[in-house]
Amino acid sequence: MELFAGEYDVIVIGGGHAGCEAALASSRMGFSTAMFATNLDNIAMLACNPSIGGTSKGHLVREVDALGGQMGLNIDETFIQIRMLNTGKGPAVHSLRAQADKHDYHRVMKRTLEEQPGLSIFQGEIVEIREKNGKVAGVVTALGDYFTCRAVVVATGVYLKSRIIIGEYSVNSGPNGFYPANSLSDNLRDLGFTMQRFKTGTPARIDGNTIDYDKMYVQPGDEEIIPFSFLHDTLTREQIPCWLTYTTEKTHDIIRANLHRAPMYSGEIEGVGARYCPSVEDKIVRFPDKKSHQIFIEPEGRYTNEMYPQGLSTSMPIDVQREMYRSVPGLENVKIMRPAYAIEYDCIDSKELKLSLESKSIEGLFFAGQINGSSGYEEAAGQGIIAGINAVQYIRNRDPVILDRSQGYIGVLIDDLVTKGTNEPYRMMTSRAEYRLLLRQDNADMRLTRIGYDVGLVDDKRYDWFMRKCERVEKEINRLKNLILSPTQEVLNYLERKGSSAIKSGISLYELLKRPEIVYKDIEYLGGKQEGLLRQDIEQVEVSIKYEGYIDKQLRQAQQFKKMESKKLPRDIDYTNISGIRLEARQKLNLIRPESLGQASRISGVSPADISVLMVYLEKRKREN
Amino acid sequence: MLFEETIAAIATPPGQGGIGIVRISGPKALDIAREIFVFPGSRTYPFKDRYLHYGKVKDSDNRIIDEVLLTYMKAPRSYTAEDVVEIHCHGGIISVKNILQEVIKKGARLAQPGEFTKRAFLNGRIDLAQAEAVMDLISAKTERSARVSANQIVGSLSEKIRSIRERLLALMAHIEVTIDYPEEDIDEPMIFSMREEIEEIIGEIEKLLKTAEEGKIIRQGIKVVIVGKTNVGKSSLLNALLRENRAIVTDIPGTTRDIIEDFINIKGIAVRIVDTAGIRETPDQIERIGIQRSRQNMDEADLIIMVIDSSEPLGCEDKEILEHIRDKKALILLNKIDRTPVLTREDIVKDLGEDIPVVSTSLTLGTGIDKVEDMIYRMFFKGEIESDHDVTVTNIRHQEALIRSQSQLEDVIEGLDAQIPLDIVSIDLRGALDSLGSITGETVTDDLVDKIFSEFCLGK
Repeated sequence: MELFAGEYDVIVIGGGHAGCEAALASSRMGFSTAMFATNLDNIAMLACNPSIGGTSKGHLVREVDALGGQMGLNIDETFIQIRMLNTGKGPAVHSLRAQADKHDYHRVMKRTLEEQPGLSIFQGEIVEIREKNGKVAGVVTALGDYFTCRAVVVATGVYLKSRIIIGEYSVNSGPNGFYPANSLSDNLRDLGFTMQRFKTGTPARIDGNTIDYDKMYVQPGDEEIIPFSFLHDTLTREQIPCWLTYTTEKTHDIIRANLHRAPMYSGEIEGVGARYCPSVEDKIVRFPDKKSHQIFIEPEGRYTNEMYPQGLSTSMPIDVQREMYRSVPGLENVKIMRPAYAIEYDCIDSKELKLSLESKSIEGLFFAGQINGSSGYEEAAGQGIIAGINAVQYIRNRDPVILDRSQGYIGVLIDDLVTKGTNEPYRMMTSRAEYRLLLRQDNADMRLTRIGYDVGLVDDKRYDWFMRKCERVEKEINRLKNLILSPTQEVLNYLERKGSSAIKSGISLYELLKRPEIVYKDIEYLGGKQEGLLRQDIEQVEVSIKYEGYIDKQLRQAQQFKKMESKKLPRDIDYTNISGIRLEARQKLNLIRPESLGQASRISGVSPADISVLMVYLEKRKREN
Repeated sequence: MLFEETIAAIATPPGQGGIGIVRISGPKALDIAREIFVFPGSRTYPFKDRYLHYGKVKDSDNRIIDEVLLTYMKAPRSYTAEDVVEIHCHGGIISVKNILQEVIKKGARLAQPGEFTKRAFLNGRIDLAQAEAVMDLISAKTERSARVSANQIVGSLSEKIRSIRERLLALMAHIEVTIDYPEEDIDEPMIFSMREEIEEIIGEIEKLLKTAEEGKIIRQGIKVVIVGKTNVGKSSLLNALLRENRAIVTDIPGTTRDIIEDFINIKGIAVRIVDTAGIRETPDQIERIGIQRSRQNMDEADLIIMVIDSSEPLGCEDKEILEHIRDKKALILLNKIDRTPVLTREDIVKDLGEDIPVVSTSLTLGTGIDKVEDMIYRMFFKGEIESDHDVTVTNIRHQEALIRSQSQLEDVIEGLDAQIPLDIVSIDLRGALDSLGSITGETVTDDLVDKIFSEFCLGK
């Protein structure tokens, strides 16, 4: 029995971090959208760490925010602790990380979705995606409701055929006891997608009342709060600390003695796990010489005693979990409230997608988040917003928004997934970005807000706020260029106190700020305070002046890179017929069907000579037409 | 103009010839010519389009490299339709190589195989009918040079480059891991020890480049070791291959006391031949050292040629050597076939198997030398390959990459001294790794991520 139940422009399958951004993006761009979640209580659920951000992930959140997304705003409203990491290093790698109140995070996001005009949210399992003539046509729910639509975003996270494993016990289940989605995986296979099986895991949740914090080190948040969203310059909030403790030799002994019961080693788990977040037993097997590992105890929220012990992810049987947790200082009497588990799930081969995140084989069908083989909330959100935007661009019949590797971490992430694919859950890292100094968290708005505005996702309020910031920053940079400091006795004394060499003749404040030992506060002292500048304005001014030389160097590298990216490859090339290209490269090119010469050059197995031949081939084709 | 980079290469075949030509193409061709070319009387004239200019080429220290003729062909009336400069110098390898080096130092990049022709086509100089030919040319040339460099890369040079790259990768992984995992208990890299390590690596690169200047890198090709008991004809073989009298040849056993190395060009492949002292145990001190070294040489060789006297039965010394070359890439010479043969191919094959190549020669009469050369060539190249200068090019390519990575490492030091944060300094470190990777064909990001996760224990 199948009932026609409604018509939408865009249907988003899944209510996780990718699904939320996709659904908000398309509805905010003015296209009617329906979002389906298997359970409305798992919308924007933080299934693992109760935290958002971290190195490179914090950058992703800022980029989502700059494009007009929700993640930054949502965490700003719900964090219970926030820290800027890497402040001892250069500005490009400063990274925000916040502890979220897990329940608030879900609640506030759900409310935002509910309040969003043009967006409907439904509880329901999608079991089938319908296509017609190579284009997506609609979806069918388990209850037989049929919805028609023009574009679909698949953002099912880890729910496809998911299985939870705890030692010898296993059950077909999604995270945290939610139902898995068993049918859609087969449907995707029928539609021609290659399915892979990945694995991830999470530690137990423990009762805070049974923890002895006196044996741990307190980890407070930053005194000066720097929020995620560019719309918030500062915030005040009462923060809750995290705690640090360590595994002991005894912990390691317990794990070693029970390794035969670990599903990863007994062969119970077949999915491919990430090196990026190994379980504690993995760490002990792979690094036997390390006597102790850090454990961060993080609160799950303001109104719960549940705590998340970061570093104790495991799939050991529950009795081993209890025993090993209790060998950690401060956890001697701990009560496990929810057990740690490993989870296996189906995902697609991301090489079957275009850089727009649209399927290469079915028009209007987009994919985002863990279904693409990535891991992490922020990676999911970054893909979600792009999939949402491009679902709309597809309906509008306009060019998709594709961020390249010099424009954003989102660009690096999607390019890696689509061009190289991944054989383990993919985690973002700053070392994956070639143009790191251009992709700072402080300038994500400078890089992306205009793009978000042009497609209609960034609203006037945000755009206006952004434009005024640009004006203030430009004005201040010009002021510093034109303000010449004379070598008066007072100035010389000040410089000496700062350990900075004396100036002989006049020097602009702009030049002075380039000295490593001089910071903006000194400039303010020497050249007078400029009223009306926000924290983020000053940050922008300081970074762009101080690191100008290196930024220019990276800009030049990026320009070279862009040249290759701008050489587009027509969709209809049959690579098998280009004789000068080596066979292996021809096969890879035919499979990936890169969109530009630049993308082609990043495919493993395609050599510079193959690219040369391809250039000649393109010229030949051009002249023939 | 379509291409911004200026490219250069040696345009004439290798080996002895009257002249050699270095070709430069691209926007900077003329500037480079101005920088390295000295007109007679050290006066300055403008270069005239399509004229032959007489003068000298100097290096950065103002030393004269060679007396040359230079032509300048202004874009678009040149082979590539770009500004092209051709420098005609004396033949042989040294002069062209030194000039090319100078041109690269002044900012040209070494041309990829077939790149001049590719540019000619993309700039509209070659018509459509030839497009297929251009594509085939690129792939054929690339394949050939890849094979040559694959053979070269087994040498000690690439070993050194790999080890340098490994050290840089370790440094970078350490920097990167503390950036990506600031909360793990991993010590930050110490600036001074990092600086020291990089200085040391710069020194290593310096050393490598110096050997290149002396022509050692260029001579590094396939290492062939000649072995056999004394007075069996090893030195005669060497001489025949060299076609010059470099090793001392006598009839007194044990007169080739030292290892004599030389370099020959067999159908375009650089072959470095090492003649060794006889392998027999000897009371003679000097000779004993020589023998030890020949064993070592055999272990390091890409190919071992064993010379056997076919007029005598196999002695225990022969058997010892045969044992030593089992499972190695080897070629057996049955020499002295002008005398009554006692040994035949079957005797050798019986012991070492059908696959062992055996050639019969009479080195004193010069019979079979062609076959030996042919066999050496075929053992390294299965298909038909014309003679080409890619051997040289590959080496200069190494050199170019080394120069680039060295200057990037100097930028790293400069950054460290200016107290630039490590994550920014690592931009130049990545650059240096990229340059080295262009020799060994490895990419940074994947290796780096692997290194981080294999060396450091991370996770949730």
